[in-house]
Amino acid sequence: MRVNLTVNGRPQQADDVWEGESLLYVLRERLGLPGSKNACEQGECGSCTVRLDGVPVCACLVAAGQAEGREVVTVEGLGEGELSAVQRAFIDAGAVQCGFCTPGLLVAADELLEHNPQPSDADIREALSGNLCRCTGYEKILDAVRLAAARRGEAG
Amino acid sequence: MRSTGLTQLGGRIGESTPRPDGTLKVTGEFAYASDLWHEDMLWGCTLRSPYAHARIRSIDIAPALAMAGVHTVLTHADLPAATRYGLEIQDTPVLADGVVRHHGEPVALVAADHPETARRAAARIVVEYQQLPVVTDESSATAEDAPVLHPDRTDPHAAHVPHPNIVHRQPVIRGDVAAARQRAHVIVSGDYEVGMQDQAFLGPESGLAVPAEDGGVDLYIATQWLHADLRQIAPVLGLPENKVRMTLSGVGGAFGGREDLSMQAHACLLALRTGKPVKMVYNRFESFFGHVHRHPARLHYEHGADRDGRLLFVKARIVLDGGAYASSSPAVVGNAASLGIGPYEVPHVDMEALALYTNNPPCGAMRGFGAVQACFAYEAQMDKLAAELGLGPVEFRRRNAMSQGSVMPTGQLVDSPAPVAELLRRVKALPLPPPRQWETAGGAPDVRALPGGLSNTTHGEGVVRGVGYAVGIKNVGFSEGFDDYSTARVRMEVIGGEPVVTVHTAMAEVGQGGVTVHAQIARTELGVEQVTIHPADTRVGSAGSTSASRQTYVTGGAVKHACEAVREQVLALGRARFGTFHPAWGQAELLLENGKVVTDGGEVLAPIAEVLGGEAVESEREWRHRPTQPFDPHTGQGFGHVQYSFAAHRAVVEVDTELGLVKVIELACAQDVGKALNPLSVTGQIQGGTTQGLGLAVMEEIVVDPATARVRNPSFTDYLIPTILDTPAIPVDVLELADEHAPYGLRGVGEAPTLSSTPAVVAAIRQATGLALNRVPVRPEHLTGT
Repeated sequence: MRVNLTVNGRPQQADDVWEGESLLYVLRERLGLPGSKNACEQGECGSCTVRLDGVPVCACLVAAGQAEGREVVTVEGLGEGELSAVQRAFIDAGAVQCGFCTPGLLVAADELLEHNPQPSDADIREALSGNLCRCTGYEKILDAVRLAAARRGEAG
Repeated sequence: MRSTGLTQLGGRIGESTPRPDGTLKVTGEFAYASDLWHEDMLWGCTLRSPYAHARIRSIDIAPALAMAGVHTVLTHADLPAATRYGLEIQDTPVLADGVVRHHGEPVALVAADHPETARRAAARIVVEYQQLPVVTDESSATAEDAPVLHPDRTDPHAAHVPHPNIVHRQPVIRGDVAAARQRAHVIVSGDYEVGMQDQAFLGPESGLAVPAEDGGVDLYIATQWLHADLRQIAPVLGLPENKVRMTLSGVGGAFGGREDLSMQAHACLLALRTGKPVKMVYNRFESFFGHVHRHPARLHYEHGADRDGRLLFVKARIVLDGGAYASSSPAVVGNAASLGIGPYEVPHVDMEALALYTNNPPCGAMRGFGAVQACFAYEAQMDKLAAELGLGPVEFRRRNAMSQGSVMPTGQLVDSPAPVAELLRRVKALPLPPPRQWETAGGAPDVRALPGGLSNTTHGEGVVRGVGYAVGIKNVGFSEGFDDYSTARVRMEVIGGEPVVTVHTAMAEVGQGGVTVHAQIARTELGVEQVTIHPADTRVGSAGSTSASRQTYVTGGAVKHACEAVREQVLALGRARFGTFHPAWGQAELLLENGKVVTDGGEVLAPIAEVLGGEAVESEREWRHRPTQPFDPHTGQGFGHVQYSFAAHRAVVEVDTELGLVKVIELACAQDVGKALNPLSVTGQIQGGTTQGLGLAVMEEIVVDPATARVRNPSFTDYLIPTILDTPAIPVDVLELADEHAPYGLRGVGEAPTLSSTPAVVAAIRQATGLALNRVPVRPEHLTGT
């Protein structure tokens, strides 16, 4: 089948999609956007988190056909030519080690800060609780989100 | 297949330099092994055994081959050359050869034009199995009528093991335990058990094999040690090593789980058979079968101490389950035996560690490598002894803590700082989290801070706090006489008027930050700003494994050594070109700083760019840490380890005693790192290792059915790793006491924090509940008795 969707603001078309394919497979293997990750393909780890019409979802649990006509934002769409505040903060705070969880965490953290610009630690933990990280112990991820919130606040 | 290298400015050793691959990783551009793509590529898939022990009567691949889109199906019968491989002992079949010995053992391979087609074709292969009895623990594996899993062993351990289903056994004997027992004022003993932990790295096993015109193959792969893979793959393909060219692609974590081969040889076999590039990517279900796990263990300890609280003796036995194939079991046994009494001075020791062959999943390397299991047991024993003697847990440990100058039970002198008591003192001195920390300013509870969290199971009723301490000892580097070297090639040339350095090693960057540290070392040694890290591949000599907390020490040492050789070449060029213009060129101590040749007094002699002109200087160097010795097979005596590392934890937990739910409130760590080359990365390693220890304490276990040896929970739904809600604040106190034997005085960082985290959490739960808790992970039913 053919799937039409908007990815990071650009209309995209995927052809010869098998009905059982996930949105994650279409993004990674058909549209050349491997930034969304495939850590579990079971909806448990959040590494494939993208926004579907603004809502964070696990792209591995969305059938490709369900994305027909909808807006998808992936990690590739977070910065506009330069790094976004959250991306910059993840580097500066040391929140990236192997980096496999990073794209999903960035999409989730970006969405958190959009609706809650000054989150408490408990808010951050709750918002990121669907994203597994095996390297960092999460401390520096918390640091990064705090830092991004502070910088976004300063930037006004 | 990005091969441009990583370039970054700034950051010398001791500075919290950001990662050179950070930007690629936050934009989604970093090419992990599972992201690779090639024109006309096929997808490989593995058919695995549903049984833990069975004879294969027949395999019919015709139904799979008949499917549209399937290019080939391979079984054991199709293997062109060597049929077995292994890290230490070549006992692992590339594809099952008539018998499967564990659940999930690879039986056949499929290559097809879509991953789902490959999976469906694999499911159509008809394998007729005849199930065989399974051995799953010490008593069944060493029973008189036990099936011998590897009957024709020729490995070096075969001659001295008491039973052919024992991979390796290592005693460590010191002093006279029987006599010491007579003098003991208190004796405590206990039986402990550690469940099977999984590395659960997030980037699944993946790679892309591309057949080459010369009959060889190019493999782009996520691994921990390119050259060890190469040494095992080439014989399986029947190719000389120079026709198997390996390049490291992005690695999504490792933690020991990529030390053994997974899909490397399989993808190459499929690519060479079909003549097309073949990509293989495991999903999470398959990943649980695709790599070895941490050895589950049963441990028995007996300790005696005198009236003053000094340890007199320890008698211990550690039985590790190695599963169906050897992997790195022999080295894990060596660690368990030699580190198994912990960081304490004990004059009389009778220790025995062994690993079994069973039909359980194969076990091998995982962060902490043989030292984790023992630490859970000996730290529980320390708390029992302290309680018997009426001493606090920190005070009892302080009285027995080893220090520089102590002698290990192996007879090895500890000849660099070992601040065991100081690390405990530091974690104890930290302020405790406030009581009833879940209460908000208005007094209402924030359930997110309580056991059970948003399940809203308590508002503080039945919640009891406990505090626990633990400390551990881990070796750094490969031990027991292993030739543990690393290679670095460093090049300096002038580009755009600036001196630029390229560092080329085969070090596997798996997330630990080695690429950052290599650039920091090059900037420090060569006084340049711009350093490029060349992609890791097998066109340069081996860097050894990214394991054993060794890469900064050993490959860092090799980079430093190669940089020193490059500096000498630069200075030689300078002396030849400018020596006659200034007498200072004759000085022995000239340095490269800020792009210039300077005297040790700071006088500038020439810009490096002018010294080099159009020339490039390059040096490739192998570097070795000091040699070690094998342990004596009967007494365990020997200078076995390169370096020791130490970490201590204090855990604060709150337990809902009615429901058996545990919330870890804080997990503080103090660790000696010798010298923090990158403080930000060091803290990240300590916090990450600490969290994996927390996982083992309260949630992580691969559950294997004891009757069938089948894995019950191969998913992130059923194998739980800590989320950000399960993980507490982790304050870190880094101590830097230089080890004079190591480059820059550094001490390997990665593993020590994984050891003591687990027993500290369990000690805290014991304090909260009064329960014995001799097994990890601790589950709710262990706390409620239901």
